[in-house]
Order: sequence, then structure tokens, then C-alpha cells
Amino acid sequence: MKFGRAARSTVTPRAFTLLCITVGWTLLMHAGHMPAWLSMPLALVLLARWVQGRGRQRPGIALWIKLPLVALLVVAIISAYGTLFGRSPGATLAAGLLVLKVLESDTRRDGRSAIAFAFFTLMSALLFDQGLIGSLLVGLGLLPALATLRALQPGAPVGSPRRELLLPAVMLLISAPLALTGFLFVPRLSTPLWGGASGPEQAPTGLADHMTPGNFTQLLVDDSPALRVAFDGPPPPNKERYFRAYVMQRYDGRSWAVVPARGLPAAIQASNSIAYRIDLEPNASRVLPALDVPLEAPPGAHLSRDHELLVAKPVDSRRSYRMHSALHYRLEPRLGQRERRRDLQLPRGYNPRTHALADAWRTRYGSDHAAIVNAALKLFHDGGFVYTLSPPPLGRNSIDEFLFSTKQGFCEHYSSSFTVLMRAAGVPARVVTGYQGGYWNDFASYLLVRNSDAHAWSEVWLAGQGWVRVDPTAAVRPDRVSLGAAAAAGGDLPWYQAGWARVVRDQWDLVNRLWNRGVVGFDTLRQQALLTPFGVRHADWGTLAMILALGCTLLLALAGALTLWRRPPRDPLAAAQRRLQRRLARLGIVRGASEGPRDYLQRAARALPDCAGQLQALSARYLWLRYGESAPARQYVRDYAQRVREFRPRAVAR
Amino acid sequence: MALQRLFAPLVLRAERRLPALTRMKPAEALPITLHRRRIYIVPSAYGIAFAILLLVMLLGSLNYGNNAALLLTCLLAAVSANSMLVTFRTLDRLSLDAIHAGTARAGERLELRLVFQGNGREHPALQLECSGHEAGFAVGATLPTEVVVPIATHRRGWISMPRLRVLSRYPFGWFRAWSWLAPGARMLVYPRMEAAGPPPPGADPLDGRRRPQGDEWAGLRDYRHGDPRRHIAWKASAHAESLRVKQFDQPDSTAPWRLDWFDSGLAAHEARIARLARWVHEAHAGGHVWSLHLPGASHGPARGTAHFHACMRALAELP
Repeated sequence: MKFGRAARSTVTPRAFTLLCITVGWTLLMHAGHMPAWLSMPLALVLLARWVQGRGRQRPGIALWIKLPLVALLVVAIISAYGTLFGRSPGATLAAGLLVLKVLESDTRRDGRSAIAFAFFTLMSALLFDQGLIGSLLVGLGLLPALATLRALQPGAPVGSPRRELLLPAVMLLISAPLALTGFLFVPRLSTPLWGGASGPEQAPTGLADHMTPGNFTQLLVDDSPALRVAFDGPPPPNKERYFRAYVMQRYDGRSWAVVPARGLPAAIQASNSIAYRIDLEPNASRVLPALDVPLEAPPGAHLSRDHELLVAKPVDSRRSYRMHSALHYRLEPRLGQRERRRDLQLPRGYNPRTHALADAWRTRYGSDHAAIVNAALKLFHDGGFVYTLSPPPLGRNSIDEFLFSTKQGFCEHYSSSFTVLMRAAGVPARVVTGYQGGYWNDFASYLLVRNSDAHAWSEVWLAGQGWVRVDPTAAVRPDRVSLGAAAAAGGDLPWYQAGWARVVRDQWDLVNRLWNRGVVGFDTLRQQALLTPFGVRHADWGTLAMILALGCTLLLALAGALTLWRRPPRDPLAAAQRRLQRRLARLGIVRGASEGPRDYLQRAARALPDCAGQLQALSARYLWLRYGESAPARQYVRDYAQRVREFRPRAVAR
Repeated sequence: MALQRLFAPLVLRAERRLPALTRMKPAEALPITLHRRRIYIVPSAYGIAFAILLLVMLLGSLNYGNNAALLLTCLLAAVSANSMLVTFRTLDRLSLDAIHAGTARAGERLELRLVFQGNGREHPALQLECSGHEAGFAVGATLPTEVVVPIATHRRGWISMPRLRVLSRYPFGWFRAWSWLAPGARMLVYPRMEAAGPPPPGADPLDGRRRPQGDEWAGLRDYRHGDPRRHIAWKASAHAESLRVKQFDQPDSTAPWRLDWFDSGLAAHEARIARLARWVHEAHAGGHVWSLHLPGASHGPARGTAHFHACMRALAELP
């Protein structure tokens, strides 16, 4: 058991292998956002180093190999991202340097610093994905990292790989309460200390404030959740689940765009309203989707003239808000001249056939706008239109080409051409984008709306009714509205929507929702809500810090007490003797402070002549067990205790 | 005077509670069991660096509002806090039960074998520091473990056990726990031997080497480990339960060597001791009978290992 100083400072083969596993895992966690031509060579470098260095003799790597590799890494990152700074290039650089650090892991000191760096790099992987699976995988990386630190301790016993991971796993498990206390009560920052909260480079796609028919396709095949809605009452039927995001008025012949309108929200007469809460996934747009027509704005947002919920900053983190919306209403019953002009605007010199058709309707139906709307819907329904997510491309007169030749498209094409038709026929109309439908999770009673539920529809203004929603896509494929986009796109149900798989998916989505609400979305407000039941009305920084300190101290004190506590050595013989003394004391024979066991029991035998023989036997037995043997056999002690239990002294009858 | 009376119980209390802090700490009797009053624990340099890293991770996750990263940071911080307790447990209940000292002449390294006992708890990854020497070892829950520590010796005579430090950074190296041990053991260092010099007066230096084994039949005895195989009495062993070995005695033909303090032919005190030590060694190696005469004491004539150690001890203990 002798170790020289030199042998002590080298990394053992087991520790080296664990280090390589840690670094490999960390690299894997970062592979998602790194270009493959960068991550693959790094993985190869790591593998080569492991093969070269896993033996007892680990040749060092010369400086002339290490330095050019670092330079190469920097050049590769700059050529991939154009800079070394920022989230993606920074994290890639950290992962790359970590791999190159393994080339230099000859002493324990190197190993320890590599692991510390690996902790940091593991955490930075969470900046890209803090979903449930991603976080769990990153957390799993702590196991080999801690096991490496353990194996780096001089004299640490080398066990089977499973045993090596046991201690880190147990440590993580028993640290969970303390970690949770810290997580719940660490005061959050109200404003970031540096930089933006998260760069737009990685922001997921969402709805844009302009729409060109054809640009939804990316969104419509994206099955990731966009928002989750929990209704206070029963959920509205599927055909009323229209979630409004943007209202677009300006059309330039190709695209629709939002006209930023000043002024108060347009007047609305609503008969009743529905209350619900939305958990919104980050989507990088400046709008909060809301069911149909929102009646008021949640904190931090404002209600635009056309009843959109606009926020100042793009939604780059999960957001939760409570809302009231009207499903049956009269929106803007009186349309001003300016608004009417705006909602009839069309660019000149486009789509002559569409204009001709609209003019024909106008002469035929006159001012019966509802009839014009019906004529258009009839055209979509009977005109041989096809709903498809991959329509042929359209040229300059896109509406003409769509309406009269290609006749293939999806919601954007239908709502766009319908709105143009209405405007050409003199009916004020506009395009609304948002989400439609969603998937009702029976298991946990909430509506899951995916990005693929993105939808575009139209609103026309009818005298006496205000703005009325018209969904021309429904005229083509009614099931688009009743079933959802994926079903309407045709083909069989994918395997994951059938039967049992559906149940699993429901529950999985529920778990994700809990994670998102409980962990990812745990912000200052939730912190406050957590403390309100305990009478803390307004928990400021100081209060939270105090609770945090108190909780951590309590838990650590508990753990410390458990560590320090020693079970007092059990002495069954003494316990039996105490029992005997208690029984005798009940009869008035109390042992004196300076009285030895023999004297005491003799005195008892004199006082109780009835059981003198028994007492003498017990006394002899005790003296032999206590003083005659250095370690009396356990069964003798048990036997003695049994005799004491059976001994029932009776007072002398006088 | 009154002040002293006031402080005396305090000092006594302090010494009882913090034995390693008082410099004039008395030597302790074996076995020494480590417990919370004598185990000290501080963050290691790596632990402090790691704490700074945790702080950076905390600020980063708070800044980016990334709760998953915050949870990871909290988890790591909690693990590090709990690892402090594990580090403490690694030392707690460890006991030093016995110290076996080998023999060494001044200037050689004296090998100490320290016997540690786990007392029902595993003690992985311990380090022992003793007068500049370090050894890593682990002690199991039940079986005693021996750790060999060589300590340097400079002069003959009794030396007391140097202070020992048992330390551990297990499990993750973030904390360092240690405890000082001052076992009250003394070790004897034999005197340095003269390199070369004249043989003792009246001794034939080749005498012993010619017949090192002796050839006079002395009887049969039980086999002991290390006996030459050709001395085994095979016929006798066939009848007996165990192996029997023929024993021979050195013929007592030569006269005993007389090694006298005053016949050493040297004047300097230590030089005399060194020469006598060489003579004793030669006499023992040659299988001779010898007697050692020192001022105030005489040993022998006799031979054998016990006599050899008695003589060396007498020489080592000379003033």
C-alpha cells in the first residue's frame, strides 16, 4: 500500500476512461447545434486519444500536435459561424476545447480541471434545449463526471463500473431535497445582467406578421407544441377553436401585412365570455395568440385596435397568461370611412380575371354582401379545388393563377384569394392568421395546439353584424376545421395517432407540460404564488434569500446530524437488569446510589423470602454474565433477559 | 492568581474538546479512534475553484432565465455540500490500533507498520502523512489494514513517534478532512556500525564461516518454515504426525568472543560504540558465542537472536 509521489499524481486507467466517457457525453449533448463536420472530427480525436491512452502507460501528446489543433478549432468555428462570440459559437468552442483538454490529462490536476470544465460545458448545453428529455440527458452526464472525480482520488478503490457509478448516483439522489430548496427559493433576476435574454438565432419558428401564400409550409409540418390551453369551463367545440394572432389588412399583390393601427380597441358587443389560461411556447413573434376575440390584455401585453394581443419583446421564453374571450359577439358594428377604405385596398394592375369575376358578382348581388360571400364559398366548394400542403408555385397574378388554373393550395391560398375576391367585390375584408383546432388531451383536460395547427382565415365586414369570420378552407375541406391540418392533408393516420400510441402520447405531453410549467416556467410570479399560502404577501429579494438560507441550513443540519449520530452501543444485559430493578422498585426495594448488584439483590432476597431462591439464582447469573465473561454469548444474555421477564415478585403478605 | 483559576477550567475544556489545536498535546495511548472532535475539514483549493465555477454557472443560468440550468447548478451545489459530510465520514470512526516498529541502525530508514481498523465502516481513499512521507491507503469495514511508513533516523537511542496526519479528500476532492494523531509509542534505533576495522581481540574471523551450520547431532524437532530440506528426517517424519527436522549444534570448540568496551582500541565514545556494534553483528552472523562488557553492565556469554538484540539495545541505550 505504498504510493510514490509520481505514481500518485497520474490519472489511473479507470479514471481516464471515465473522463473520456464524460467528455464524449458532453460532446453528444452539444452535437445538436454543432455542424456535423465539426462534431465528427472532435469525436474522432476523443476516440483516438482514448485508444492511445487507456493503458497503464499513457504517452503524453506533444505540444506541436496540441497547439495546431486548438488553432484549427478556432479557425473552424470562425468559418462556421463568422465569430467566436455568441451562444452557438461560444458553446461549440467550449465543447471543442474540452475535447482537446483530454489530450492533456496526464496528472490528476489535469483530470480535475477537465471535469470542472465539463460541468460548465454540460450546463451550456441546456441553453439550447431545456426540454424534459434534453435536461434529463444532460443531468445523466453528471454521473460519469462525478465518478471521474471519485476515481481521481488517490487510493480510491477500483470496483466494477456499476459500483463506480453507485456513489455519484446515491449522492445525486440524497442531494435532491437540498437542490430543490435552492431551485425554489433562489431569487430570480428581474432584468438580465448582460446581453439579451436569448438570441434570436435559435428562436423556433412561429407566426410572422406578414403572410405570403406558401410560407406556412414549414410551420404546417412542425408537430411541436405551440400552446396549451386550459379552459375554466367546458372547452368550446372544435369548429369554434380559432386562436387569433395577427390581423392583416395590407395587400401588395403578393403578401399580406399587418398595418400598425393606433387607437383604442374597436368596439365589441359580446353576449358572454369564456375564461381560460394559455401556456405559450417561445415562438419569437410579438403576438400572444388568444381564442377568437380577446376582451382584455393580460399584464405585459396590449390589445391592438383589431383585438390582437401585442407584446413589446418577442416571446422568447415560455409564457403563461389568463384570458377572457368572446365567442359570440358583434365586433366593430360601425366601420369608419378610413377603415373601410383600408379594408377595400387592392394593388392596381394585378389579377384581372379575379376582378372581372368580382365585378360580375357585384352587378348580380348588388349590396347583398352575404350573398357575395356565399357565392365565393360555393366557388371554393364546387370549383374543383384541392387542399394540399405542396401546391405548385404561383406567378405574378397569383390569385388569378390559383383561382382559375392550379386550384391547389392550403389555408393561406384560400384565405388570401377569398379576401381579394371580397375586396374586389366591394366587401370590406381582411386576413387573420393564428391557430385552429388543437388536440384535446382527455387525460389532463387541456387543449394542445401544435405549430402544425397554424391557420389563416378571413373576416368580412357585414352591415349590422360587424366583422364575421369566414373560413374558405372549410369550404374546400370541411375536415380541415373539424379534424385538423394533418388529417386534411390526406393519407392514412400516422402510426403515432392510432389507439394505444395516442394514450401514451397524451400522457407524455402531460409530463412535458408539467416539466414546462413546474421547472422551465418557474419564474418570479410562481415563486410568489408558492409563498402566498404561507402568509408571505410580497416576497422580495431579501425574504427569498432568508428563506433560502433557512431551508438550506435546516437540511444541511439534518444531514449533519444524521452523519454525526452514533447509535449508542446496545447493552441487552443492562436493559434486563434495569427491568429487574424497576420491578423490585415497585415493591419498594429501590437500589441505592452506592449499592452494587450483589448487595442489592441480597437485600431484595431478604425482603422477599418467597422469591429468595429465584433472586439468588438471578444474582449469580448476572454476576457471572457481567463480570465472569469478557464477551458473554448472546444466547445466555437472551436467556437471562427471558428469566427476568418471567420473574414476578410479589410483596410479602403480612 | 484569581485570573488563572478562572482560565484553568477553560483551557482544560479547550484541550479536551480541541486536542489537535493545543501544541503541547500529550501523547495518546493506542488505540486512537477518530471522532468529530478531532476531525477538521476545510474546502480544498479545488473546492474553492469549483465554488467559483458554481457561482459563474448560477449567474449565467439566472441571467439567461434558464431554469433547467439553474436546477443543474443547484444539484451540483447540493452534491458538493453533501460531499463534505461524506468526506467527514471517511475519517470518522477510523482507529489506529497498533504500531509495529522494525529495527534500523542510525541513518537507515525505520519501517513502521501502522495497523488501522475500520470499526464497521469503509474508509476509502485515505492518505497518511508522517515526517515528510506520504502513503495512500484504504481501510475496509472489518479487516484491519497495515500501512508501512519508513521514517528516517539520524542517531541511536530512543526516538518518539512523530506526529501523524491522516487526511482524505474523498469522494470528489472538494473538501479536505484531516486529523492529527500523536501515538505515545517509542522506537529504539540501533547504533551505526563501523564500516571496517580489526576483528575483536582473540577471535578468528574465519572460524564461524567455515562451518556455519555445525554438524554435531543434537536431536529432532518439529519442522519450522525456512528449514533446509536436506535436514528433514524423512524416516522419522514418516512415523510422526508432522515433519521432523534433524538438528545440529555448533560444536563449542572455540572460546567465546569477549567484546569489551575497554578493549576496542578506540578513544572516541561514538566510535567505540560503532566498533562494538560491528563486532556484535559479526559474532551473531558467524554463529559465535560472545559476551559484551560495557561500563556498568555485562551481557553473555551467549548466542542467538535474543542475545544479539539485548546487546544492540544496550549499546543503543548508552549515554
